[in-house]
Amino acid sequence: MNTIFYIAAFVAILSTSIAISGKNAIHSLLFLILSLLSISIVFYILGAPLLAALEVIIYAGAIMVLFIFVIMMLNVGLEKEMEKKWMRPRMWILPSILASILLANFLVMLGKMKSGEAAGTVILPKQVGISLFTTYLLGVEIAAILLLAGIVGAYHLGSQKKKVIHRFMQKEEIQTQSVRKEL
Amino acid sequence: MITVTIETQIFFAAALFVIGLIGLLIRRNIVFMLMSVEVMLNSAGMVFIIAGSHWAQPDGQVMFIFVLAIAAAEVSVGLALILQMYHHFKTLDADALNKLKDTENESKNLN
Repeated sequence: MNTIFYIAAFVAILSTSIAISGKNAIHSLLFLILSLLSISIVFYILGAPLLAALEVIIYAGAIMVLFIFVIMMLNVGLEKEMEKKWMRPRMWILPSILASILLANFLVMLGKMKSGEAAGTVILPKQVGISLFTTYLLGVEIAAILLLAGIVGAYHLGSQKKKVIHRFMQKEEIQTQSVRKEL
Repeated sequence: MITVTIETQIFFAAALFVIGLIGLLIRRNIVFMLMSVEVMLNSAGMVFIIAGSHWAQPDGQVMFIFVLAIAAAEVSVGLALILQMYHHFKTLDADALNKLKDTENESKNLN
């Protein structure tokens, strides 16, 4: 199990470093998803299967998809020659190597799970749920309020501005419209 | 059973945190800055998991669930702010937001 931990940690650190130093935002996001998957393997090894699943579902599944939606809405850094670049192996050979290392890691770990080697101090989801809804009930409610505030804030900030009918504002309106046409 | 020492595990989390901090400091693209903040939040939550597995208590995992909720709220508001910024300034450069700065050549970057 130790080698699995070290390999997953190595993949996580490497892919995070590539993610924060990349130029293309979408590529960086894909590296970040790879990093989150390897962190999820680390969680599983550490005896937190519920959190490993939540890491994949919420972080890699929901938050990163939000990022990708926003980047695609912003539509920055896209060129016509992009597809040709993607066809070159230099672009996808490193992510494929990292992802296959992670897959091999995962398969080895699954095989070891069958033999019951990793039966250490695994904290099951039941214990987490009991603790979450008894000891930390106040925290759950505060988190709910925070999420509500997040929803309201995101809705308010993300909504388009109303059209301002005012002669001093017309110039700005025209500017934004022309930019939108360009986009 | 994992026998990696807790120091190594915390060092791993600290390395991830430092990578996120470096990304936050060196990048000026605000999408990358938000991604770095996500990395930092994630590694800070990982320390909770490590401590929880060390003491064999579920409290660490509960805290990570709270960190997940905070990250979700933070990223939704942050991405909405990025959209607003892009609509107003037509750029993703964080240094373009210097209207509060009292300089001679203000609004040079804005238009």
